Amino acid sequence: MNLLGDIFLLVGGAFMALGSLGLMRMPDLYNRLQAGTKAATLGTIAVLLGIGFHHPDWWTKLLVIAGFVLFTNPVGSSTIARAALKSGIEPVRGSNRKVES
Amino acid sequence: MNNTLVTPAISLRHYALVFGVCLLLWVLLVGNLAGQELLAGMVVSALVTLLFGSRFGILTGLRFSPLVPLYILGYLGYFMVALVRANLDLALRVIAPSLPIRPALVEVKTTLKSPLGRLLLANSITLTPGTLSVDVRDDTLLVHWVYCPPGTDAQQATDKIAASFERHIGRFLL
Amino acid sequence: MTLTVLQWAAIGLVAVAILLSTLRLLLGPTTPDRVVAADTLSVITTAGLVALASIFDNPIYLDIALVYGTLAFVGTVAVARAIEGNRE
Repeated sequence: MNLLGDIFLLVGGAFMALGSLGLMRMPDLYNRLQAGTKAATLGTIAVLLGIGFHHPDWWTKLLVIAGFVLFTNPVGSSTIARAALKSGIEPVRGSNRKVES
Repeated sequence: MNNTLVTPAISLRHYALVFGVCLLLWVLLVGNLAGQELLAGMVVSALVTLLFGSRFGILTGLRFSPLVPLYILGYLGYFMVALVRANLDLALRVIAPSLPIRPALVEVKTTLKSPLGRLLLANSITLTPGTLSVDVRDDTLLVHWVYCPPGTDAQQATDKIAASFERHIGRFLL
Repeated sequence: MTLTVLQWAAIGLVAVAILLSTLRLLLGPTTPDRVVAADTLSVITTAGLVALASIFDNPIYLDIALVYGTLAFVGTVAVARAIEGNRE
């Protein structure tokens, strides 16, 4: 049980580190946003799950935090992306191809 | 098809839903079902529902049927699988020395009409493989795609990005 | 409580994540880039607070994590709105 929790903690940490690596490596704001948001969200969920294995009696509050992170994180990143687009930050060169309906 | 945003009228059922959501959140935060805690939660939830129930417009648009909880669980399951796949996909792209990305902005049409439905769809798109919703204008979502295959048109993009989530969300929201 | 090897490894990975995000926060180059880095950092901090609750064996840190998450979200949205309103 504790070993399973530790493994989830490790997986969460690994996703966070990879996401931050993406934050450094990606060429423009929108790609960085993708890397940062996705990795941080899944990393946090994995850490919460790991802690849940260590302390099963905390599950209700951990569930609330997980639901909250899952719901607000994408909203926040969409808001940043929209703000950046409206304030005139162009996607990296060669990526301004646009598919319109 | 009529594409304007629909906010259904606020009914008694809506107040019952707001009360239920408040009480559920209270019980989860307290973490037990002891009599006094539950009573206090009911009083607070009723108060919140009476004072602010008419402003929870975001909670309108839910379909009412006995199968709704099942559909919500099905959506959550599908969503979690997509989230894990998205992260593995992203991890491979980040680790690869050549950084294989081909970004594009894509416009995607949605048939969902309720505000909560569109919010959930935008959230789902943000957390699934390679896509990030940037803006929602009426029934059109502007989506940033990390790897847009060459020669994709708008219809194919809609099918690939939004269709499956739309099907899941459309089962329990307008 | 004493930490296992796996837990130390997890802490090390989170430290790497914080380091890289902070680097992006310092490098910029534009304001939204810094906001993205700050947003990522705040989510990592939320997870860190939950981990602290486990290390200190004290559930009060869970409430702190919840409130911190709420405030960080409101802050991110507020800054994004401010950037957006700049050029209107």
